[in-house]
Amino acid sequence: MLLQTLLPLAEALPASDAEPMVEETHGLEIGQHFYWHLGQLDLHGQIFLSSWILIGALLTIVVVGTRRMGRKPGGLQNLLEFLWDYIRNLSRDQIGEAAYRDWMPFIGTLFLFIFFCNWGGALVPWRLVRLPSGELGAPTGDINTTVALALLVSLAYFYAGLSRKGLRYFEYYVEPTPIMLPFKIVEDFTKPLSLSFRLFGNIMADELTVSVLVLLLPLFVPLPMMFLGLFTSAIQALIFATLAAYYIGEAVHEEHA
Amino acid sequence: MINWLSLAEAPVPEGGLFDFDATLPLMAIQVVILTFILNKLFFQPVGKVVEEREGFVTTSHKDAKERMAQVQRLEEDLKARLQEARQEAQAVITAAEDEVATLHKAALAEAKASAMKLREEARADIEAQRSAADAALTDESRRLADLIIQRLVAV
Repeated sequence: MLLQTLLPLAEALPASDAEPMVEETHGLEIGQHFYWHLGQLDLHGQIFLSSWILIGALLTIVVVGTRRMGRKPGGLQNLLEFLWDYIRNLSRDQIGEAAYRDWMPFIGTLFLFIFFCNWGGALVPWRLVRLPSGELGAPTGDINTTVALALLVSLAYFYAGLSRKGLRYFEYYVEPTPIMLPFKIVEDFTKPLSLSFRLFGNIMADELTVSVLVLLLPLFVPLPMMFLGLFTSAIQALIFATLAAYYIGEAVHEEHA
Repeated sequence: MINWLSLAEAPVPEGGLFDFDATLPLMAIQVVILTFILNKLFFQPVGKVVEEREGFVTTSHKDAKERMAQVQRLEEDLKARLQEARQEAQAVITAAEDEVATLHKAALAEAKASAMKLREEARADIEAQRSAADAALTDESRRLADLIIQRLVAV
């Protein structure tokens, strides 16, 4: 509702400047998408475009960095090893020594993908590319992406628990007492919900704040908010990966291990 | 187009913040594929290098520790041997000193004994000569006395 009050204001302000230099006032494009049609299906094209660019950047760094690896690391190898070590510690702390190796690539991909999407959304000047509708931005600023990631996490922890403990996994629902059963069932729904909405809300709100500030006061004023955005973006990637690892760790946890 | 939660969009006919469509499953598939690609390109190779290095560092560390222990053992051995040698030398010195002392004592005793013998002999000699002289003197005095008596008698 706040958005609806903001939208006309935002569109009105640059127009009242009456500067003919500004060829087109861009306004705030909230909830507008660049639709692709794949048979019967509708896709958010801008999300895929920007995610492909960012995945391309990520893969380029990885491929270039792992091309000549030696015992003595240098250049990009250092960065990649740092990331690897960081992800290993994160997954080992949350999942535990026994099972973390199986899940480290998944946790690491979540972290790297979200981190690249968040920072890419904030740092790449997407505005230079004009789309017929909508605009390029962080892929994590779209609810589809975050829900997809959160559902993957849900599938992952169910799969982790069932494959490791079989049907004994469901003992987890009645531990320590059967009173916990309804809460644990509700948790299975709240986990993906909170994961996806936390990420989506933070990224979307950050982009929105920055674009509103840019519309109102284009110079210097949005900068602190942009830095704050970078900070929250990194934190959100870390939170998402840590929580995913924690959920998987909870599912594979053995009482008597 | 189904808008499940059309909270934030009223002016646009389609779209909106909460516009779920085929983007969701395709994004999920994309992320799963990315997981496999990154596993092959990033996690496995980097993990191999890092773990190899960790192994190398661990074995080198162990090796160095073993060598250090060896060095310490050798050093202790050396110290023990040095101690032993020192003790041996001390023993030799003491033995030599003892020998010297006994030799000295023996020589002294021998010298004393021979001196005593010489003195004893000399005394015996002197005694014999004195008794001989005594006897001679007694004889002489007796003869003289006899002579005196004879003369007196003859007178």
